[in-house]
Amino acid sequence: MTDPRIFDLPEADLAWCPGCGDFKILEALKKALADMDMAPEDVVVVSGIGQAAKTPHFMKCNFLNGLHGRALSHATGVKAANPKLTVVAVGGDGDMYGEGGNHFLHTVRRNPDIANFVYNNMVYGLTKGQASPTSPKGMVTPVQTRGVSSEPVNPLALAIVQGATFVARAFSGDVDHTAEMMKAAIEHRGYALVDIFQPCVSFNKTNTFKWFKDHTYRLEDEHDSSNRSAALSLAMETERFPLGILYREEGRPTFEDSLGIYEKDDTPLHRRSPDVDKVRETIDSMT
Amino acid sequence: MASGKDLSVVICGGAGYGVQTVEDILAKVLKRSGYHVFATREYMSRVRGGNNSTEIRISSTPVDGMVDEIDLLVVLSPGVRENIRRRITQNTVIAADRSSVGEEFEKTDGAFFDVPLGEMAKEAGGAVYANVIAAGLVLGIVDASTDQAEEYFLSRFGKKGDKVVDENRSACGKGLELGRSIADKFPDLAPPKKDDTSSRRVMNGVQAVSLGAIAGGCDFVTAYPMSPATGVLAFAAQNASDFGLAVEQVEDEISAVNMAVGASYAGASPMVTTSGGGFSLMYEGFSLAGVAETPLVVHLAQRPGPATGMATRTEQGDLNLAVHAGHGEFPRLVLAPGTIEEAYSLTARAFEIAHRYQVQSVVMTDQYLLNTFRDVDPDDLIAAKPDKCLVTSGPGYRRYEDVPNGVSPRSVPGLGKGIVGCDSHEHDEEGHVFEDFDLRVRMSDKRFRKGELLKEDFVPADIRGPENWTRLVLCWGSTGPIVSEALRDLKLPDTALMRVRQIWPVAEDVAAAVERADELIFVEGNHDGQLENLIKSVTGRSAQGHLRNYCGLQFSVEQVRMGLSEILG
Repeated sequence: MTDPRIFDLPEADLAWCPGCGDFKILEALKKALADMDMAPEDVVVVSGIGQAAKTPHFMKCNFLNGLHGRALSHATGVKAANPKLTVVAVGGDGDMYGEGGNHFLHTVRRNPDIANFVYNNMVYGLTKGQASPTSPKGMVTPVQTRGVSSEPVNPLALAIVQGATFVARAFSGDVDHTAEMMKAAIEHRGYALVDIFQPCVSFNKTNTFKWFKDHTYRLEDEHDSSNRSAALSLAMETERFPLGILYREEGRPTFEDSLGIYEKDDTPLHRRSPDVDKVRETIDSMT
Repeated sequence: MASGKDLSVVICGGAGYGVQTVEDILAKVLKRSGYHVFATREYMSRVRGGNNSTEIRISSTPVDGMVDEIDLLVVLSPGVRENIRRRITQNTVIAADRSSVGEEFEKTDGAFFDVPLGEMAKEAGGAVYANVIAAGLVLGIVDASTDQAEEYFLSRFGKKGDKVVDENRSACGKGLELGRSIADKFPDLAPPKKDDTSSRRVMNGVQAVSLGAIAGGCDFVTAYPMSPATGVLAFAAQNASDFGLAVEQVEDEISAVNMAVGASYAGASPMVTTSGGGFSLMYEGFSLAGVAETPLVVHLAQRPGPATGMATRTEQGDLNLAVHAGHGEFPRLVLAPGTIEEAYSLTARAFEIAHRYQVQSVVMTDQYLLNTFRDVDPDDLIAAKPDKCLVTSGPGYRRYEDVPNGVSPRSVPGLGKGIVGCDSHEHDEEGHVFEDFDLRVRMSDKRFRKGELLKEDFVPADIRGPENWTRLVLCWGSTGPIVSEALRDLKLPDTALMRVRQIWPVAEDVAAAVERADELIFVEGNHDGQLENLIKSVTGRSAQGHLRNYCGLQFSVEQVRMGLSEILG
């Protein structure tokens, strides 16, 4: 087993607030990758914009820190260009479910072999406390002055309904379990969502560490994660949120499979040369 | 004909009447019969009905511009629209089925020739053959090779069985006979120079852009369907397995460009194909490619805007859009092919430059160019050997190394032991966010040094005219061949034509020609004179005159000829 410290970036200036749940998620991510004997050069961490999206700047590995909401599109492109890379897309609830909502929906349908870790603290941290797509109804913020009026997004239910092949939830307070969920997601062949509860100590006074502790429970071993309806009904629970793998389906073709270009040859695109002679042949065959 | 006159044929019909089949038959059989062909299509934004048209010029010498003149108008269904009707002259022969079009052409000029297309089609095997008969009619008039027609139907319909081939042959034969009987109405037509075209290939703008991209090394295509750019997406998808292309129709243009940037970061050579509205949505991702220095090619197929404008029509209204695309500042290359050959070669070039300097290239076409086909010499389709210009990374690799020419050695994840960073923020040499004002200046300067290279390693403008010219006519993109033909007709001893092919950055050759000219005249397909304004902003020189067209249809040779004679007195 590799030492998680190989993913440390000593000079990184971790710009999160003291006590932020993101620290624990970063720790879990390094642990998960190390447990799987990954090397920093084999991994690409892709992110958008937000506090969570800063993750790749705080660890040693390949990274693409792109645009707000677009991490899943970037990640899909990375994986399609080189399926040999381990591609992890990280971001917050605003990034992934708000700005990136459309891409989330369609990435689930597309099923690229990427792991998607969403740091869900139910508030916008980077822009100082506005409501996020997962903020509970009624939460008062500097912008939602009369309280949030929209229904919160249910990312797990959405993903399951849209055909996600791996759907799990974790809580950053439990680093080992979070790392376990991450490992299972990375090992899963296809799109894998892990929604990770995480307290925002600066801007979310409702959904605190204690609140998450009190409102979550670990799924029993009896839960059959291949049962989609059972998974959906678990995802619909909002009094106390289940933690663990809600749904897992193996064997579905991935986006990269569907492209057809790796069927007979798994060489990444950067090592391939286009068949220029074939262009000439095609032109010659045009009358 | 002794004067070498070409034949201009316009075929009109509602969507679904098989105008495209007529185009295909004529293009292939005529080219194989030794003629040069050029065709362009205009169509309404509807799937069935309406009235669309194709103009086909049949010539003994190469032609590549659209004319107003109609020698033969073939009408497949009633309701020919005003844009065609106003081009009918006393010299036009109108071939139509009177039982179908009735009195539609009673009050127009032109000689009406009643062709019982409906009845003849029934005899041939069914109403669907009316278009094949019409194609035969044209083939008969120019005395095309019947062997070539036979061969065409065999190769196109052979798989569908003898009956289909025979019915098509029979329909075409009926048309041919009829055509021969009226050939004397076109006494001026020059016969083809036999064998002159055998090595040439008929290609349309969509094929030229798509094949040029692949020749340039493209291996990744993403798009959201949008006229007139969709053809390139469809070509890529239909030929994906032959060429090893990754092709995805994405949920929106935002994802199309961002997926392409992700792929580029990981070593693909991507192209997105879109039109103005779609490119607007791509600005954010285009800017990301700029700061991240990931090579990217955008095929921008213009149509009239703003917003939805005229969805299936043509315009050169997006020059500003391309030159100014994105927020903040970063260098980019904008190329505008004017011919089918250039649609191929400049698209390939866009990839070459994108990789050489790690920049973003925009290839600007339009509806007119994409829906135009002509016979081309394959030797004129030029592409350098694709090179992604990648290096294998070592342990201390830094993606954005500040090197003298600004082009940091580029590696991708998995190519070597180094770590490859990529960031939308201003970043240090490793790609990490680092908010430092000196770093910002250093990195911005590094990016703009690459921009200087684009001015030096440029695509030269095409300048043609008498050696001692003093007056310069400037145009860009698909209007080029049309202006060229108009100027040829005008035979002005002091006037040269400059087709600007590299729009941005404006290169030295363009500036020098502008400097040399006593008089500048711009011809462009937009309201505002976008090239004229750009050249003025770079060189300080104002134009002495301009001709602009923004009705939604391409200029014709006659319009340019007349317009220029008015301007030039």
